[in-house]
Amino acid sequence: MMARKKPDAASAALNRELLHSMLLQRRFEERTAEAYALGKIGGFCHLYIGQEAVSTGSLSQLRPDDYVITTYRDHGQALARGMTPRAVMAELFGRSDGCARGKGGSMHMFDKQLGFLGGHGIVGGHIPIATGVGFAIKYRGGDQVCVCFFGEAAINNGAFHEAANMAALWKLPVIYVIENNRYGMGTAIERASAINDIYERAQSYDMARDVVDGQDVFAVREAIGKAVQRARADSMPTLLEVRTYRFMGHSMSDAVSGTYRTKDELEEYLKRDPIALLRSRMEEAGEISADEIAAMDAEVKAVVQDALDFADASPELPLEALWENVLVDTTSDAGAMPARAG
Amino acid sequence: MTVMTYRDALNAALREEMRRDDRVFLMGEEVAVYQGAYKVSKGLLQEFGEMRVVDTPITELGFAGVGVGAAMVGLRPIIEFMTWNFALLALDQVVNAAAKMLYMSGGQFAMPMVFRGPNGAALQLGAQHSQAWESWLAHIPGLKVVAPGTPADAKGLLKAAVRDDNPVIVLEGEMLYNMKGEVPDGDHVIPLGVAEVKRVGEHVSLISYGKMVNVALQAADALARDGVHAEVLDLRTLRPMDVPAIVATVRKTNRCVVVEEGWELCGLGAQVADYVQREAFDWLDAPVLRVHQAEAPMPYARTLEKHAKPDVAKTVAAARKVLYLD
Amino acid sequence: MATKVVMEALSPTMEEGRVVKWTRAEGDAVKAGDVLAEVETDKAVMELVARADGVLRRILAPVDTSAPVGTLLAVIAAAGEDIGALVAGAPAAPPAPSAPSPRPGGAAAGGGTSGTPAPPPSASPAATPPASGGTGRSSPLARRLAADAGVSLGAVSGSGPGGRIVKRDVEAALAGGGARPAVPGAAGDMPAPAPAAAGPGFRDIPLTQIRKTIARRLVESIGPIPTFYLTAEYDLGRVSEMRAAMAAMGDDYKVSVNDVILKAVATALAQHPEVNAHWLGDRIRQHDRVHLGMAVATDDGLIVPVIFDAHAKRMREISREARELAKKARERKLKPEEYTGSTFSVSNLGMFGIDQFTAIINPPECGILAIGTASDQVVLDAGTARTRKVLRVTMSCDHRAVDGAVGATFLQALRRMIENPLMLVY
Repeated sequence: MMARKKPDAASAALNRELLHSMLLQRRFEERTAEAYALGKIGGFCHLYIGQEAVSTGSLSQLRPDDYVITTYRDHGQALARGMTPRAVMAELFGRSDGCARGKGGSMHMFDKQLGFLGGHGIVGGHIPIATGVGFAIKYRGGDQVCVCFFGEAAINNGAFHEAANMAALWKLPVIYVIENNRYGMGTAIERASAINDIYERAQSYDMARDVVDGQDVFAVREAIGKAVQRARADSMPTLLEVRTYRFMGHSMSDAVSGTYRTKDELEEYLKRDPIALLRSRMEEAGEISADEIAAMDAEVKAVVQDALDFADASPELPLEALWENVLVDTTSDAGAMPARAG
Repeated sequence: MTVMTYRDALNAALREEMRRDDRVFLMGEEVAVYQGAYKVSKGLLQEFGEMRVVDTPITELGFAGVGVGAAMVGLRPIIEFMTWNFALLALDQVVNAAAKMLYMSGGQFAMPMVFRGPNGAALQLGAQHSQAWESWLAHIPGLKVVAPGTPADAKGLLKAAVRDDNPVIVLEGEMLYNMKGEVPDGDHVIPLGVAEVKRVGEHVSLISYGKMVNVALQAADALARDGVHAEVLDLRTLRPMDVPAIVATVRKTNRCVVVEEGWELCGLGAQVADYVQREAFDWLDAPVLRVHQAEAPMPYARTLEKHAKPDVAKTVAAARKVLYLD
Repeated sequence: MATKVVMEALSPTMEEGRVVKWTRAEGDAVKAGDVLAEVETDKAVMELVARADGVLRRILAPVDTSAPVGTLLAVIAAAGEDIGALVAGAPAAPPAPSAPSPRPGGAAAGGGTSGTPAPPPSASPAATPPASGGTGRSSPLARRLAADAGVSLGAVSGSGPGGRIVKRDVEAALAGGGARPAVPGAAGDMPAPAPAAAGPGFRDIPLTQIRKTIARRLVESIGPIPTFYLTAEYDLGRVSEMRAAMAAMGDDYKVSVNDVILKAVATALAQHPEVNAHWLGDRIRQHDRVHLGMAVATDDGLIVPVIFDAHAKRMREISREARELAKKARERKLKPEEYTGSTFSVSNLGMFGIDQFTAIINPPECGILAIGTASDQVVLDAGTARTRKVLRVTMSCDHRAVDGAVGATFLQALRRMIENPLMLVY
């Protein structure tokens, strides 16, 4: 399982983009943890560190008009989809310039322009929504796809099964990506699921399925590429299990290791840091030098510092904002709008 | 004016709105091939095809979520629940997704969608199929909630709901589907949030909504035989509620009885009573009384069920009490 | 040993007394026979005396408390003696003078507002009167109506549950003149008069002749005329159909709802001379001819021009005359003979959005019909919801000439014509 693959035919330039994307997520979240500790960020905050190959590998295969929907562990995917570090950090700070005006927070990043349909806070609740996006694509006769991320714990949730059944029944272009990081909060997969190879659940719905090493960005890209092709060309869904690991606790209030996983286990996985793996392969292939890596890292750190400065300077929301966006203010005169727009 | 059933009025609203805007589609259990569990969607599959009139598996949570997703990316779904009792399974989608998406996204993702189906008790359906959920739903910021009590309102409010850019809950009534009534011809759209005085009177206000409006109207008839002229105010929209209309009628009659379908504690009438005490305190000549379902799960036995439900006799009794006639 | 001071029966018929004044204060040493308080009985103000020696330890009934005979008012005991049990057993007693709470029948209104410690009872000789007689309960509306009319609720007895004073009680008191006006200053809670601005602060409007006449006639009416009211609701569906059909024939044929009503009233009156009558003190004059008065609002006030021989006129003539008379009235061009001699009147406030109202009889006529707005109502017609246009009319009847059944019969006849306008040509 998870046989190491050689770098695919992607150019060195693409590999640099992948590395840059993953590094940005890593540095961004390291500073996020720091800002959280300083009280700049509140509430629930779930870090993605260790899983960056999943977001970058997946989303690097999408078109701008495709759709992405995910869970509350959404910072990395927001950045990988192209949201600016400024908009994401300002959202974490709960400020006016956040990607959701500071009304969403860590768990609810949204960007309509990028087809980023949100981080969602109820485990499994967004999976049927992804099915609905797939339905809308088919309804309009489009060839977009919808990628839906969720953790391995959500697979046991009724919402997953209802949504997966309908997607297979109606042949919808949705790619369900299980980010199997082994723990649903503190409950190991073996203690929650009757089977360990959870991608096999797709068999129940006669849905295409695959399993892939989530620490290997190329492997993720390849598997997602096939699924995107299946969705775009044939309007068929896929269930893709990506095996990964989070290097941090479930949330900021959870110890990195302790009651439910050992330090030894964590250290074993840390050896397969997706960023380190990509970097060493690029170095082996002579695609990048140590100096170039250091320069990239410095540049990324500066971008993240800029995001922090921007978020800090971004205005607090005016109190009137409390009442805004509860409802759309005006009733639409839908008849006057071009149908099929959207 | 054309006399038609409540069912046909809803059917006409669906048909007209689907013809007007091809982003509108109907999804739910048995809506297509079976023509609707209550035949509300009769003929729609034949006219609009299976992409726009969609039968679903029995998965309330699932297909409600499908509606949310479709609305996020530009369609205007109408999600039918065979009854609101089943919709409890879908409340996560209604409450956590549809009602909050616009807010959580800082105004980026509107939810132009409708969740509709029969609410409240019919006859002898037992405890799990006889519940009125309006106070649960009307509690949620981000939703609009309507409860039409007549065929005309059913058509006008459903059409308005479909055109609204917000998630709108439409609470119908199984016992209303066969009810006949005059429906204005043409493009009959009733603005949301506007109550209607169904009957003018000056002695006591009967404030109601949904199928209870008909109970209130019959109670008003009974009261008129004793020379009491009850004003019947039909809220029609429960969220947002037409507070000025409530205040106006109570300031006029000085007495208020709320006729509601749900249970007492935290029921809709409690909110009406709150608006009344806040905005019309100095016009009250008697406490506000509420007629509601007994505080018990709905029993199956016919006599007990009748005993549990709000009805004309209880409404008349409450009205007489606030009039100090008894 | 502690001794209770209770409300004593200070007159043979006394059931309840009101504490007017405490002449001794808490902490005072008292001897048996000392006057402790003044109590107003049903006859006079009497003295309440101590029945034991000791210290007046606690006063439980503040000034203005009304209490039935036997109620614990105060406690006399030795200094330092534990009186907790006695005080605790006092029914509905305020906990302490520093925190008086309103009591049923007590000094609720006009007392200290919450958070303001009341002065010691003995130090408040300027007693405030009780807010009301009875139990002191009243509906918010009753309180507002009484305040608007300047009457004290104390003079009103309540007919609601538990003696609650409700709207009808205030109205009855006002109608019967039984309520006494509140005396500013006496209640203690009257708002201070607004400071005078520059100028006199008021305007005198000279009475026009018409206003004088209105006043004189209306006083005559509401005073001596025993009026009762009958309300009926008519379905205007067929009137609407008829008007639409006529309008379709051209502008010349348009008639208003009011025209139809006037025609119908005139026709019904011709059939019911017992309503088309004058009360002449020693006799009732029933008229064969219908001279229909129609109340018109003008800038100066109300005037009632007359459509003479309305029973013999066609709707078209009535319509034209009604318009002309209204125009003349507003231009003040009516001649006296055009506004005298009516046998029955109609007042229509429908155009002002009034659903229903009662009009005041224009004597010596014996009735007037008040016409409200035609409103849409939803009715359940054998289970089918239909919207119909309905009209509320209220007839004021002079009971000396018109009995209930007579008035009702007339309204029935009117219903036949308005709900079936073809009857107008029958």
